[in-house]
Amino acid sequence: MLNKFLAAGIAVATLASVATAAYAGKELDAIKARGQLICGVNTGVAGFAAADSQGKWTGLDVDVCRAVAAAIFGDAEKVKYVPLTAQQRFTALQSGEVDLLVRTTTYTLTRDTALGFDFTGVNYYDGQGFMVNKKLGVKSAKELNGATVCVQPGTTTELNLADYFRANKMTFKPVVIEKVEEVRAAFFAGRCDVFTTDASGLYATRAANSPKPEDYIILPEIISKEPLGPVVRHGDNQFADIVRWAFYAMLEAEEYGITSKNVDEMMKSDNPTIKRILGVTPGMGKALGVDEKWVYNIIKQVGNYGESFDRNVGAGSPLKITRGQNELWTKGGLQYAPPIR
Amino acid sequence: MAVAALGSAPRVKVAPWNDPVIRGWVFQIVVVGLVAALAWYLVSNTIDNLNRQKIASGFDYLGREAGFEIGDTMIDYSPASTYARAIWVGILNTLRVAVLGIILSTILGTLLGVGRLSPNWLLNKICAWYVEAFRNVPLLLWLFLFYKLISEAFPGPRQAISALWSSVFLSNRGLYFPVPMADPIHKWMGVALLVGIAGAVVLHRWAKKRQEATGQPFPSISSGFGVAIGLPLLVWLAAGAPSAMSWPELKGFNFEGGTVIQPEFTALLVGLVLYTSAFIAEIVRSGILALHKGQSEAAAALGLSRGQSMRLVLLPQALRVIVPPMTSQYLNITKNSSLAIAIGYPDLVASINVTINQTGQAIENILLIMAAYLSVSLSISAFMNWYNKRIALTER
Ligand SMILES: N[C@@H](CCC(=O)N[C@@H](CS)C(=O)NCC(=O)O)C(=O)O
Repeated sequence: MLNKFLAAGIAVATLASVATAAYAGKELDAIKARGQLICGVNTGVAGFAAADSQGKWTGLDVDVCRAVAAAIFGDAEKVKYVPLTAQQRFTALQSGEVDLLVRTTTYTLTRDTALGFDFTGVNYYDGQGFMVNKKLGVKSAKELNGATVCVQPGTTTELNLADYFRANKMTFKPVVIEKVEEVRAAFFAGRCDVFTTDASGLYATRAANSPKPEDYIILPEIISKEPLGPVVRHGDNQFADIVRWAFYAMLEAEEYGITSKNVDEMMKSDNPTIKRILGVTPGMGKALGVDEKWVYNIIKQVGNYGESFDRNVGAGSPLKITRGQNELWTKGGLQYAPPIR
Repeated sequence: MAVAALGSAPRVKVAPWNDPVIRGWVFQIVVVGLVAALAWYLVSNTIDNLNRQKIASGFDYLGREAGFEIGDTMIDYSPASTYARAIWVGILNTLRVAVLGIILSTILGTLLGVGRLSPNWLLNKICAWYVEAFRNVPLLLWLFLFYKLISEAFPGPRQAISALWSSVFLSNRGLYFPVPMADPIHKWMGVALLVGIAGAVVLHRWAKKRQEATGQPFPSISSGFGVAIGLPLLVWLAAGAPSAMSWPELKGFNFEGGTVIQPEFTALLVGLVLYTSAFIAEIVRSGILALHKGQSEAAAALGLSRGQSMRLVLLPQALRVIVPPMTSQYLNITKNSSLAIAIGYPDLVASINVTINQTGQAIENILLIMAAYLSVSLSISAFMNWYNKRIALTER
């Protein structure tokens, strides 16, 4: 659409106009002066980022935005959410339209380098899968030769799909539609045999958007690694550090059993690690350039990673995704935070 | 111009800062200087910012492997092709809907415009309603509607509606039909077709001259068609009439073989044509209404039928009023075709968008897309201006 180009054009114009010298803390100062964090999120993927009828955003990605706001402002509500399609997200971040992008975005080399970004971690370990209608009788992705596949443009999904079919000497016809609602509608109407995206997105789509969830199966093959994480643009290492550690704090809290329910109790703990994490023993906040109670604020207002996972995508949500790779390393998963010390 | 005109006036001795010629020059130099400075400021800032954020720049990416598949291509393309080729596929797809859209909406629009002037009450009202319906609803909504209609209303490929002894299949995957198997002779038939068309044009000119000179009519239209179609046919016969066909067949998920008109393309083309023809109808109608009433009365007095008077007397004169606004409609079709992305037709915008996203190089890609649309639009304008001059009133 041309008006999208207008948006890109404006983004380019912004790139052309900001001419102040870079210094550590530049973005952070701007965010503080504004009194609000601007966070780029999905346009609506249940469990990750979706707005309810009152316009209140919830989700696993949204919780990262909230945690960062809690660290900077002591208030998780000080976030403005900007819904972005896969296509729009990178130009929006490059040009400064958003401070931070937490939008089921896969950490890749190109994005980390040529696009001018830094990934600060992985808030969900994912992989790409395929969903088909049961009545096709397909049991494996290897049987998909000749299929028509619905996919969103500007994603790693689109590239992995082509790679996978090439590697397996199969062909496919893509139907590429930008808006997630439209691509889902095309799939459910039967325009495509297959819908492909990150497995989490498939679960979310099946649970929240399909006319009859029991008619669809997700094939067993996971064809890629999709470490999804928060992204900032190059230029302000201090802000990047805050984003990085705000998320790690949620993991550390889970590991040490600190939850939104017991955090006040925990403030009285004798455990030196917990005292350091919660800022009872000061120093961590100062090093990061935020209030010493930063972790307390995050956990009190947002919760630890496990709570956020459960509430948004896990057992306490309609998606019912198991922790799997997103379990803490102490429980056999991949989620591992460097120590807060 | 004013400057030049003043300059040629008889000169009185004045101080240089009061000399209108010098002043004119100074102002122009200042303006050009300011524009150049602004441009330099923007460009250098952009480069600075790109460097600081360490965003890649330059056009090298065009030669790299694109890695994504495109669903509807007029030339060979695979994920192993380059970004440049992916963008070229997009340009061709844009041209395809734009050209077909222009031709079809001109035909439909003219019929509707003439229909609105018909004394037949029913025809008149149908055309009027059509025009009001289509031009008062945003095109994007029409596109969504047509796309939904095709993908929801037609059955899946396994239940496809088949026709003509199971050689044509209609489903939500599109319309599949048989085509002749690719053969080297097709290229030469194409050449023969071009030669035939050129021949037909020459024939038509000759026939017109002869009729003007001697009054003898010559069936130049039908014989022109004969030449244009006959020549490729002869080439085909000379090559031994290769007639192997590729038939569409249900294999696994989809049809294979034959060729297909895909739903995304159909929805976009139908949407563009129905929408734009409503505007063209109004242009045609106003062009005809602009003519003096005496024209149709004179035509009637000569004994011409309504159809003849429309074709031979009214429309040719109305063209002079019609052509200039028509140019804007043609440009609109071209630009509106970029709505394709909403319903998944892989046009230029789609290719460029994906490229921006995978390479992060927004600026380079936006320059490319602007250059592409600008060249297409300027070509359309140039052609229409040429045509407009040709049909302009020549005073004898
Ligand atoms: N992880 C992939 C794909 C991300 C993606 O676009 N996922 C879909 C999953 S359904 C999505 O979030 N769509 C929502 C939207 O377009 O707002 C990437 O980073 O390229």
